[in-house]
Parts: sequence; structure tokens; C-alpha cells
Amino acid sequence: MNILSIIRVAFRALARNKMRAALTMLGIIIGVSAVIAMVSIGQGAQASVQAQIEGMGTNLLFISAGAQNVGGVRGGAGDTGTSTPLTTDDLDAIKREVPSVSLVSPSVNARSQLVAGNQNWNTNVQGVSEQLPGIRNWIVQSGDFFTDADVRTAARVIVLGQTVADNLFPGMDAVGQTVRVMNLPFRVVGVMTRKGQDPQGRDQDDLAFAPYTSVQKKLLGNTRLQVAYVSAGSPDLTYTAQTQITDLLRQRHKLTPSEPDDFTVRNMSDVAEAANQTNSTMTILLGCIAGVSLLVGGIGIMNIMLVSVTERTREIGIRMAIGARSSAVRTQFLIESIVLSLTGGLIGIALGVIVSVAIPALLTWPTLVSPASIIGSVIFSAAVGIFFGYYPARKAAALDPIDALRYE
Amino acid sequence: MQATVEIRPQEFEVNASLLAQQPEARPVIQLEHVHKTYTMGDVEVHALRGISLTIRAGEFVAIMGTSGSGKSTTMNIIGCLDRPTRGMYILDGQDVSALSKDERADIRSRKLGFVFQGFNLLSRTSALENVELPMLYAGLDAGERHRRAIEALHSVGLAGREQNHPNQLSGGQQQRVAIARALVNDPALILADEPTGNLDSRTSIEVMEIFQRLNRERGITLVLVTHESDIAEYADRVVVFKDGKIKKDHRVAQPRDAAIQLQNLPPIEDDEDED
Repeated sequence: MNILSIIRVAFRALARNKMRAALTMLGIIIGVSAVIAMVSIGQGAQASVQAQIEGMGTNLLFISAGAQNVGGVRGGAGDTGTSTPLTTDDLDAIKREVPSVSLVSPSVNARSQLVAGNQNWNTNVQGVSEQLPGIRNWIVQSGDFFTDADVRTAARVIVLGQTVADNLFPGMDAVGQTVRVMNLPFRVVGVMTRKGQDPQGRDQDDLAFAPYTSVQKKLLGNTRLQVAYVSAGSPDLTYTAQTQITDLLRQRHKLTPSEPDDFTVRNMSDVAEAANQTNSTMTILLGCIAGVSLLVGGIGIMNIMLVSVTERTREIGIRMAIGARSSAVRTQFLIESIVLSLTGGLIGIALGVIVSVAIPALLTWPTLVSPASIIGSVIFSAAVGIFFGYYPARKAAALDPIDALRYE
Repeated sequence: MQATVEIRPQEFEVNASLLAQQPEARPVIQLEHVHKTYTMGDVEVHALRGISLTIRAGEFVAIMGTSGSGKSTTMNIIGCLDRPTRGMYILDGQDVSALSKDERADIRSRKLGFVFQGFNLLSRTSALENVELPMLYAGLDAGERHRRAIEALHSVGLAGREQNHPNQLSGGQQQRVAIARALVNDPALILADEPTGNLDSRTSIEVMEIFQRLNRERGITLVLVTHESDIAEYADRVVVFKDGKIKKDHRVAQPRDAAIQLQNLPPIEDDEDED
């Protein structure tokens, strides 16, 4: 008896109980579509993080105070007692002496309440240099960014993010207005263009930029520097710049070769990798949760196949009496279960893809349907059919024809 | 047994009647000192206590006995559904007493045809597909299956009913589909287990008429299990079982002729009035 005839027999047997077959398949359909949708959400997040990081410029570098993996901050010989190994002098030296670096901006953050008239808004005021727009690929929408002179004189000027501007000055132009930050008046010189949400759902426009000198002196009252952004001349120069900055800073901090760095220079590809790792962990987690529903679907198939074997005991007896070998009976039931799971799998793929396409429209989450998850689902659902169909099929094949024929 | 399709009934009629009369005709069934013991818990049940029986090609044998006499057990052993505990069973020249489950399935496929009391057709499956089923397991190709199934259905008078499902057929028609299914693989032997048990007397005669015709015209060896003595009288030979032994084995001098009986019955529209 050839396999094609057995497949036909299996299809015919399933067609006799269409409703039941459909309901059994539903478990697999939900499982497979859940896997595909979940994985596409995870991969969409991953892709958008990637795109965002690339959008920030692959020539971007971060310098932060303190060694990456050391708990405390080590001071150099001449700086004993200072908890800030990164200074504005360091940054000036980088600007001056590292040819592969084109732009530099420190970054100091002050979480403050901004007040304008009777409106107020809590946000993050970032103290940066006038070169920040170039480094972050971010331009002002109206007004201007503050200037080199503003930084030198620690001028009380501020550039608002769209969200802050919308909340403090609803329906009017913020440029030229005054906001009070910790009771000090700052003049709004510009408003940034809108960036929208980042992949984690955070509002990127909820911030304000002021000269770092102003933030240090007027808002924070110290000259500590924790983080700085540096832009390499071109993406190819990123690693060169990284090495050169490290060498320069080690020299300036008077570190002996045996001492570890008391600062960290990271480039965006490192950051991208870290983000990738987080996201693939999330993807795997989502996929696993969805996989559980696929497993439940498989158990549903096994259940129905067991019922079917019992119900069709007499049919099995007839088939055996007229010459069906045990293997033919086993194959028939196995194929029935594979047909159930694979058909369910294919419908599930279609549904999963539809859901993946619908999610960005409904929830504004990015999704990305990967061919790997589709191929994986097909293989997995066939495997579910074989695994959960094997026991009922074996049970059918093991029946004794005499008992089976006598079964009422 | 002829496995060819070029059967010319006239030729067979002569051969079959010759075979039936000659005691030296080739044996199809040889049971020698067959015992069957079932173990139920700690108790051993002796279903068969040394059966020896030879049935030759072209014979029409009725097996009779009360329930518990061992006739069903014998039937199962002859049908290769079960194996003897002791003794030997030679079917069509082949020792089948110790074959494995799969080997017995192959023997059933090639050499045996079954007709049951409850018809045992696959429900929601057309008459044609039911008849094709044994050939499916015998590995015949689709064209051949179709051709032979149509031919078999015609030979039991069911032309035009090929696409009907069992629930669209009367009991007599269902049993005729079962007979067509039993003979479609050209078996050495057809086993009928109470084939008229679920049928009224007229339909029973019709079914017996088909059996007699197949036996006489095509020389098919028939073994019929029944507890009705009037049904047993259609056979050439009656074997009576009691307490796991053969009590009586005799030839019927004047078997009833179903065809003649049918002619004498008042005419009724074919099968239509059955329940």
C-alpha cells in the first residue's frame, strides 16, 4: 500500500468529521500564529533599535567616567581626592589633539521642574555643548541652537524638546519666551524637531538642552563630568578615534601601563550589540511563551486522536480483517495527525503573518516577520503531529482484529 | 483457485462440480489436532480440544453449533485472525499456524474474504470505495482497483449503486457490498460469519443465492458459520461443533437451491421494502 493512498485515506477520514478536525486544528493554529506574531514583535523591536542606533550615526562614541567593570572610580596620581577623572580640559585636549575626532560635547543631566507662566513640566535638562546637534544628527525646528559664546559665558539659554514645548507653551511659539528652571529664568532660543518614541516606548522629545557650563554652575553647583559624546570624522575612523582617545586620556590621567582605565570609551556598535542581546533574549522569551500554546495544541491533537482511535476501533478491525498490516493502520493514524497539525500550522502561519502586519497599525509596535520563524513553525508543527500522533497511532496498530471487530 | 480475470462461467461450472464430487480435490483448509486455550486470570478455558478438519477446493461448508461450542474460535483460526495454541493449520498449501501478525495480515489480504453478520462496511464511504479497500491494502493500482470493484459490484447485482453510502442501502444490499468486497481479491476461501443473522428471510435467501452462485459458477470455496439449520441446508456439507470438538460432519444429500426458492416466492420490488 503506497503512501499516497494512505494520505488520501487519512484526508477522507478527517473530512468525515470536519467540525472536530477544525477545532483540533485551532489549537495548532493559535500556537503557530502566536509564535510567529511574538517572534515578529521581538524581531521588529530589534530591527528598530538597530535602525535607531544606525540613525544616530555609527561614528558616535561615548566617553564615561569610571572603568566599565570596576566598582569604584580610581583617581590618577595628581587628581587624588577628586571623584571626577573626566574634566572639560580632557575634552578640550581630545578636540585639540585627536585628529580623527570632529565634534565633542559633554553631557551633564539635571532633573528639574520647568515653569512658564502657570504651566510647569518636570523634565531632564541636559547640559551639552553647541556641537550636540551635529553629534546626534538632531536639528532645531524653530529658533536656533545656542552658540559657542553661550557656552563660554554660561548663558541662561535653553532649547526645548517638542514635548516640553507643547506642555509649557500650548498652542504658541516657545522661542523668545522665558522658562524658570529652579527659579532661574532661562530664555528659550530654539525647539528641537520631533523624534518620537524609542523602541522601549520612551518619549525622546521629553528633554531640554542648555549649555553645560550653565547647568553645572547654575543648576548643579559642581563641575563634575560623567559622560561625553564624541563624533569621529567618519564611520571608518570610529575605532581609530576610540584608540586615540583612550591613549590620550591614559596619558593625561598619568596611568601606568599596569593600571586599568579610569574611564570608558564605547562606540555605537558596542551599544548596538548590547541592545541586540537584550532584544534577542526578549524574542526568545516571547517565542517560548508562544511555544507553550503550541504544545497545548499538540496535546489537543493527541487527545482527539485517542478519542478517534477508540471511536473507530471497529473500522480498524475491518481494515485489519481485510488485510491491512499494523504498519498501514499506524501510518494512517500518524498521517491523520500530521495532516491536522500541518494544516493547522499552515493556517497558523497565514494568521500569524496577518497579525504581525496588523500590530504596527493598531499598536504602533514595529514587527518583522522572519522566514526562519515560518520555516521553524512548519517543521515544529509537523513534529508536533508526529510526536503527539505516535502514541494513538501505535495504540490503533496494536489492536487485535478480533476484539476490534467485536467492539460496539 | 484461479486468480485470473478471464473467468468463463460455463467452464467453471463443469470444473467446480467435478471438484466438489472428487474427494481428492486440492485441500484448501487442513486443520490437524488444533487446540485453542485462553487464559482468563488463573482459569484456562479450552475453546478447542483437538479439531481436525479438511475442506477441499470448491466445497460449500456450513459450520454449526451453539454459542460456546468453539465454532467462532475455529472461524477466527481459519480466518487467520487468531493462531492455534497447538496443532497445525495449512491454508492453501501453506502452514499458517505460526505466522506473525503482519504475515497473517498478508494472508488475509491475498487468500481470504470475510463476510460478517453486521456487514462491517466503512460508514460514510461509498460502496465502491468499500469494495476497493482490500485491493488498496494488497497494493493494486487505482485503475485496476476501480475496474475490479465495479466488476465485483455488478456480479452481486449492485450495478448503479456504486456511489451509495451504506446508510443509503438496505441490509441486503449492504451484505452484497460486503460479499463483493470479500471476493474482489480472488481469495482461495470466503468466510461468512452469520451472514444472514441481521436479515429477514427473503433477503437471507437472496444472499444465499449469491453464495450458491459464486460457489457453483466460479468454484469459490465457502465456509459459512450459522446457528440456523435452514441456512446450513444451503451448503453441501455441514460440520457441527459441540464443546470444542466436532460432533458431526456430514454431506447434505439434497442442498436447498436458493435460486429455485426465489422463483417460487411472490415477486416483490427488489429490496425496497426492507427495514
